[in-house]
Amino acid sequence: MLRVRLDHRFAGASLAIAFEAPTPGVVALFGPSGAGKSSLLQAVAGLLRADRVEVELDGAALHALAPERRRIGYVFQDGRLFPHLSARANLRYGLVRAPAGSIGFDAVVQLLGLAGLLDRRPVTLSGGERQRVAIGRALLAQPRLLLMDEPLSALDQARRDEVLPYLARLRATLRLPILYASHALDEVARLADTLVLIEAGRVCAAGPVGEVAGRADLALAAREDAVGVLRGRVARHDAGRRLTELACGADIVRVPLIDLPPGAPVRLLVPAREVILALDEPRAVSVNNVLRAAVLAVVAEGRAHAALVSLAVGGGTLLARVTLDAAGRLGLQAGAPVLALVKSMSVELGQD
Amino acid sequence: MLLTLGVALRAVAFALPPALLAAAVLRWRFPGRFVLHALVHLPLVLPPVVTGWLLLLVFGVNGPVGAWLQRAFGLRLAFTESGAALACAVMVFPLMVRAMRLSLDAIDPALEQAARTLGAGPLDRFVSITLPLAAPGILTASVLGYTASLGEFGAVITFAASIPGQTRTLPLAIYAALETPDGEAVAARLAALSVLLALAGLGLAELFARRR
Repeated sequence: MLRVRLDHRFAGASLAIAFEAPTPGVVALFGPSGAGKSSLLQAVAGLLRADRVEVELDGAALHALAPERRRIGYVFQDGRLFPHLSARANLRYGLVRAPAGSIGFDAVVQLLGLAGLLDRRPVTLSGGERQRVAIGRALLAQPRLLLMDEPLSALDQARRDEVLPYLARLRATLRLPILYASHALDEVARLADTLVLIEAGRVCAAGPVGEVAGRADLALAAREDAVGVLRGRVARHDAGRRLTELACGADIVRVPLIDLPPGAPVRLLVPAREVILALDEPRAVSVNNVLRAAVLAVVAEGRAHAALVSLAVGGGTLLARVTLDAAGRLGLQAGAPVLALVKSMSVELGQD
Repeated sequence: MLLTLGVALRAVAFALPPALLAAAVLRWRFPGRFVLHALVHLPLVLPPVVTGWLLLLVFGVNGPVGAWLQRAFGLRLAFTESGAALACAVMVFPLMVRAMRLSLDAIDPALEQAARTLGAGPLDRFVSITLPLAAPGILTASVLGYTASLGEFGAVITFAASIPGQTRTLPLAIYAALETPDGEAVAARLAALSVLLALAGLGLAELFARRR
C-alpha cells in the first residue's frame, strides 16, 4: 500500500492532497497544469520542503529520510541528464550509488532500447532518446518508488508514440510502484492502475482507473476524448473468424486477432463516442459485441445537445456519448437495463 | 621575470582552494552570508597599501599569525618571496571568487536535484556534478587571478618590500627602474614584457571560455 499525504501553502495557493493506492501499480495523478501534480511529486521526493508531507510505502515512512536516502527514482519532465557525462555514465550514476538490486544494466538497456546510445553525450540525443536514458537512469538507482513528472509532455507526437510503448513495457515487466503525473488522458488510460484526479490542489476523485474513468459526473468524462477502460484477459483465438475473444468479467469482447497468448492480461480502451446503446438485440449488424449493461448515471451535456451515459458491464464501467434525443427515446435513467454495442474496430488494446 | 611568474603561480595556488570554498559557500543563504560576502570583497575595495599593511599586522614577524608561524615552522612571510605570493593571493582572491561564482551560478540547480534523487549526498554532488560543470569557469578564474597577480604592486611592496631577487616582481622592478637615472630603457623592456604576459593571459582565458 502506498499512502501519500501533503499539506502545503504557497503564496496564493494551497495544496491538501491525500490518497492511497495498492502496490505495486501505477498511480496516475491526472489534472490540468498548475493543479499541484509536480509540487506533489517534488514533496514526495523531498525536493520541495512542504509544510507537511507523509509518504508511506508498504509500512516504511519514506518522508523521515533525507531525499538522497529515500531511493525514490525521479524522471523529470525535461530529462535533466548530466551534460558532462555520456549516456552510459548517466545511466550508471545512480547504479553505483545504490545498494545492489534486481534491476540490471543490460536489462534496462534492452528494455528501453538504449544499446546504440551509450557512448553519446546528452546534447547529441533526440528528445525521445534523452527521456529514455532519463528513465533508465532512474530505474538503475534501484528505486523503491518511481516518480514520473509528465515524462512525455516535452515530446512531440511522434516522440511520444516512440516512448509510450517503452513505458507500457516497463510497467508490465517491473513490479514497481509508480507515481505518474500527466495531463494526457491517453497516457493515463493506458498506464494507470489507480487514478487520482487533482484540481486546484485538491483530490476530486480517486480509485481504480476503470471506475474513475467511467464516472460520467467527472471532468474527465466531459472531455471530447473520454474513454471507458476495461481490463480482461485473452480467452481464446478464433483463427477461422480472425477474431480474438477477450474475457472481461462475465462478458466476452471480440476484437480483430491479436498476438498475445491466452491468459495474457489486456486493457481495453473504448471511446465514449463509439458506443451505441440499444434496447433490443439488433440482428444482421456488423457490430460484434453486444454487452448487457445497467445504466449507472446519465449526465446531460447541454451545450453539445448530448448525454453522457455511464454503464456497468461485466468487466467494469463503460461510457457512451449519445444525443439527448436518443437518451430520451430510450428512456435512459439510472438503473435501466440497456445493451451496449461496441464495434470491434473501435476498441484500442494494450498489454496490461 | 621568473620570480614574477613563480610568485603569481604560488599566489593562484594559495588563493584557489579558499576561493572555491568561498564561492561554493556563498551560493547558499545563511545568517552571516553578508559578512562573508563583505570580507571576501574587502581587498577589492581597500587601497592595496592598506591591505599590505593589514597583512603586515597579522602575518608580520610580530603579528599574531606571523609570530606563530615563525615559532612553529620557522616560516617567515613578511619581506620574503612567499610573502609576496601571499600578498598577491589576497589581492586576487575577490576577483577569483567573483569569476567562480559566475560559473557556479550558471549551473542549473535542477541537475543537482536530479543527482540527489539518484542517491548523491552534498559533497558527492559537488564533486561529481558541480565541479566538472564549473571546471571551465574555475580555469578562467585561475588565469584571471594569475594575470592579475603579475601586476600586483601596492600590497606587495608594503608587505614584502622590493628586495631584488626575492620580492622584486615585474611591476616593482619597473618602478625601481624608473626611479634610477637612465633606467628608462630597462623600464621600457620590462613594460613590453608585462604587456606580452598580460596578452598571453587574456588569450588563455579566452581559450578556456570558448572551450566551454
